[in-house]
Amino acid sequence: MDYFTTDLTSLHEKLVNKDLSVEELTKETFKTIKDRDQQIAAFLALNEEAALKQAKELDQNGIDPANVLAGIPIAIKDNIVTKGLRTTAASKMLENFDPIYDATVMEKLAAAQMINVGKVNMDEFAMGGSTESSAFKVTKNAWDQTKVPGGSSGGSAAAVASGQVLAALGSDTGGSIRQPAAYNGIVGVKPTYGRVSRYGLIAFASSLDQIGPLTRTVKDNAYVLNAISGHDSRDFTSSDREVPDFTQGLDGDIKGMKIAVPKEYFGEGVAKDVKEAIKKAIKTFESLGATVDEVSLPHSKYGVPVYYIIASSEASSNLQRFDGIRYGFRAQDVKNLEDVYVRSRSEGFGDEVKRRIMLGTFSLSAGTYDAFFKKAAQVRTLICQDFAQVFSDYDLILGPTAPTTAYGIGDEINDPITMYMNDILTIPVNLAGLPGMSLPAGFSNGLPIGMQLIAPQFREDTMYKAGYAFEQATDFHKQVPTIGGQN
Amino acid sequence: MAISANEVKHVASLAKLEFSDAKLQKFTGQMDQIINMVQQLSEVDTTDVPVTTTVTDAFNVMREDIAVKGTDRELLMENVPERKDGFIKVPAIIDESEEG
Repeated sequence: MDYFTTDLTSLHEKLVNKDLSVEELTKETFKTIKDRDQQIAAFLALNEEAALKQAKELDQNGIDPANVLAGIPIAIKDNIVTKGLRTTAASKMLENFDPIYDATVMEKLAAAQMINVGKVNMDEFAMGGSTESSAFKVTKNAWDQTKVPGGSSGGSAAAVASGQVLAALGSDTGGSIRQPAAYNGIVGVKPTYGRVSRYGLIAFASSLDQIGPLTRTVKDNAYVLNAISGHDSRDFTSSDREVPDFTQGLDGDIKGMKIAVPKEYFGEGVAKDVKEAIKKAIKTFESLGATVDEVSLPHSKYGVPVYYIIASSEASSNLQRFDGIRYGFRAQDVKNLEDVYVRSRSEGFGDEVKRRIMLGTFSLSAGTYDAFFKKAAQVRTLICQDFAQVFSDYDLILGPTAPTTAYGIGDEINDPITMYMNDILTIPVNLAGLPGMSLPAGFSNGLPIGMQLIAPQFREDTMYKAGYAFEQATDFHKQVPTIGGQN
Repeated sequence: MAISANEVKHVASLAKLEFSDAKLQKFTGQMDQIINMVQQLSEVDTTDVPVTTTVTDAFNVMREDIAVKGTDRELLMENVPERKDGFIKVPAIIDESEEG
């Protein structure tokens, strides 16, 4: 199956016209995965038997011409629980964990008749930006296999970018969908906080986590977000607002759209090649009839420290449940119950997870709570207010997704601070609960550069509309990496 | 030094984690760097600024108090590491190596 030259709509047409059966498509997809993933190492588990069974049933019942997603394979990040299918969050802690229920997004994908082909790699418990903290394997960037795929949804991004699937689900707590999408030259969307149910997403930081789609094109992305959005009584932070059809309004017409470019997003940490690509993108938007102004988000430089306190504090609380008793890893040869807790956690968690649990526990502990957690939660308010101020005058905020293109495997894993600073452009979006999109906006030395679009809460439609217009005016999304000597 | 090895050890005990001495040294250095980084927040004036702990507009979501069937017991036990006679097996709570 050549996913490099197809999109959801064209594939759907083939399935409806019976040029291709769902079973053939599914078989071809597994063939491609088994071939290309030897190089990319994105998948942790394949769902072959169940996928083929579902494919045959769909062929028997016929494809609904009105459902673009019917019979389309999708890959799932391994922190989204899948009933009966091994779900590890890329941690030794959950190495043998087989969930007894499906996440709400899995129920929704099943209702949309999408086919889950397997679980993809990530940073352990979604903590990291390179997928290198996975306990199981090192996933490679689709464009250069000596580079990281980004993270934490690195497996999702690399699987899509290497043409193994057309779509994947990821999760984004501080940039974990957008940054790997940028590093791999694809489209990644973190929806508004509350747009998509978090029920069945293994929790990292509950006030920041959101599930979202990674795809090759803007329109494909909108189709998948349509399917997974909506209120869920099992996640009371999910919104009961009506979900619009995000594929509507993709007409390339953005005349009069008001776009703000924060000057802080072009700071000294942002590489020259990235700045140049985004400046060119701004020119493209202007040529399409949008107005672009420079604005200021004065507190954005505090995003990284605020995030690491808040996310780590929430993580230290969420990860208390891993105690070796009811499920997950249990240490052997323990003397007493306390020993089960301490040894299971110490042996089951990797270093990055431990660092965050430690920072979170420290931030919440007596004597430091006011100076750390409370202070961070107050500065978070100021970051939210910065955005509200800009959005009172503008439709959209535009900037780079990540300060650089993908870096080398092994380059940063020993330096937490450098790694944390990579998130400076994506983190504020999570802190304010806004929707954000990364889409291809250029290349430097053969590596993709991502542009980030940020919209007001629940205005994903604006983001998709602008993203689509930009995509139609450029050809970055049409370029594909060389995998196994082919492209 | 914003944080000492002893403080890190104390935080580890709160978090139910333990580290070898070499790891503790490495972690202390990294924690120290991270704490220095986050301390730049002290330069922000937050007098009378309220905290933000959630960004949802939902507040106290209620549901009807209707009894529903719970999850099957056997199913719930599926991922238990050690079990016996339908219970979760754990080591003795009292340290067996201690006199008592």
